[in-house]
Amino acid sequence: MKRFSAFSLVRAALSGQSTWPRQWRSPEPKPSYDVVIVGGGGHGLATAFYLAERYGVRNVAVVEKGWIGGGNTGRNTTIIRSNYLFDESARLYDHALKLWEGLSNALNYNVMYSPRGVLMLAHNIHDVQSFKRHVHANRLNGIDNEWLSPQECKEYCPPLNVGGEMRYPILGAALQRRGGTARHDAVAWGYARAADARGVDIIENCEVTGIRRAASGHVEGIETTRGYIRANKVGVAAAGNTSVVMGMAGIRLPLESFPLQALVSEPVKPVFPCVVMSNTIHAYISQSDKGELVIGAGTDAYTSYSQRGALHIANHTLDAICELAPMFRRLRMLRNWGGVVDVTPDRSPIIAKTPVPGLYLNCGWGTGGFKATPGSGDVFAWTIARNEPHPINAPFTIERFREGVMIDEAAAAAVAH
Amino acid sequence: MLLIKCPFCGPRPELEFSYGGEAHIARPQDPMSLDDEAWTEYLYIRSNPRGVHAERWRHINGCGRFFNARRNTISDEILETYMIGGSPAPVSEEKDRSPKGGAV
Repeated sequence: MKRFSAFSLVRAALSGQSTWPRQWRSPEPKPSYDVVIVGGGGHGLATAFYLAERYGVRNVAVVEKGWIGGGNTGRNTTIIRSNYLFDESARLYDHALKLWEGLSNALNYNVMYSPRGVLMLAHNIHDVQSFKRHVHANRLNGIDNEWLSPQECKEYCPPLNVGGEMRYPILGAALQRRGGTARHDAVAWGYARAADARGVDIIENCEVTGIRRAASGHVEGIETTRGYIRANKVGVAAAGNTSVVMGMAGIRLPLESFPLQALVSEPVKPVFPCVVMSNTIHAYISQSDKGELVIGAGTDAYTSYSQRGALHIANHTLDAICELAPMFRRLRMLRNWGGVVDVTPDRSPIIAKTPVPGLYLNCGWGTGGFKATPGSGDVFAWTIARNEPHPINAPFTIERFREGVMIDEAAAAAVAH
Repeated sequence: MLLIKCPFCGPRPELEFSYGGEAHIARPQDPMSLDDEAWTEYLYIRSNPRGVHAERWRHINGCGRFFNARRNTISDEILETYMIGGSPAPVSEEKDRSPKGGAV
């Protein structure tokens, strides 16, 4: 890996920036690895990176059926925050947030993490009570979150309409100042480049077609469209396709896959200083450094692997945004797209060992996995390397659904988030 | 938006319907006899196929009645709708194949 620095940029400028090598190799799969990660999204790549960087496992492959950055990692609204209600979630997401803060240095790649603040709007009495409870719970967990009055919301984010004439007026908001956004493509590319530099093979256009097991039940390797790959440990981080991959090992999961949409507007000058979310009227909005408004919509009602959502879902979100910030009414939308997200019944992820020895699972991030990318990769790498969960992900088992020990962030926020 | 054929009212836009999840998951006849595994299977485990999915819909802003549908989750094409308690038509390979060969 040729490191990025002021010096290397200046030197490369002398030859027109034409001397940079490929950011990561494109290797043929080796016959055997110590660990194979299925899924080259942010979580899978981060897992491979931390395996090599922190846990001394360097003979690792990441197999990806498409290309790096082509799945949900490049299809989300890039919101980062950690103000979750329950202790287990708060620990997990804040672990990620702390890694975000130093990620550009750790990867030697600018992921453009921007802690510009995440404002969660309250529109009714229930919201106000619920978000104030979040604020208190977060502060007990050492996580910053504060309550803003409508006037303070207007000062923090001037485009907001805090007048009383709205159908769902803004009654206040919870603000996490350390929250913000990062450049999602850069996260995928940065992790891929840094993992590759530590010896990880990133194998694109390689779809898993089967999981082979020994007579003892232990994982032996995976069948792929590019041949059989032996591995004693296989970590699955396949997002929306998790049910399909785990089905190859005979495991049925408490998951359903839904299309989740995002859309961007035409680029405009900087007008929107922070991230604004509204669970009640379903609007998620921020402005990218290119100037586009990045907007998140809801999931479709029905399970689907189609990677596109229905137009009325996007329309619903745009209605809400035009009401929240009337200055955007004349803005044109540039494009929209969908990603397939795997949702658990309690809207919390699963990061755990499975009933099959040697098979590890990281899934169920639903509509909010991007923010957890570094933390998820770190604790999943620990789980694979040591064959036991990190204390942070120990509660996020598959068995919690049998035992009734839910981490019910669905009930906490009343919507998917 | 899907165009869904209600078996009672005919084809209507998706906005008139609500989705009821996977079909053919029967409520246990004798709940007291179920162990934790069986409860987990009934309450939480779903087949979530990449392909043909049997599911319940309700024509909530129409006749209000429930019915079942078989839909291809790759193309979102609805292959058929049929009555609650009924069984789907015999599977036709030709119709169930994704228009893009499943590589979406």
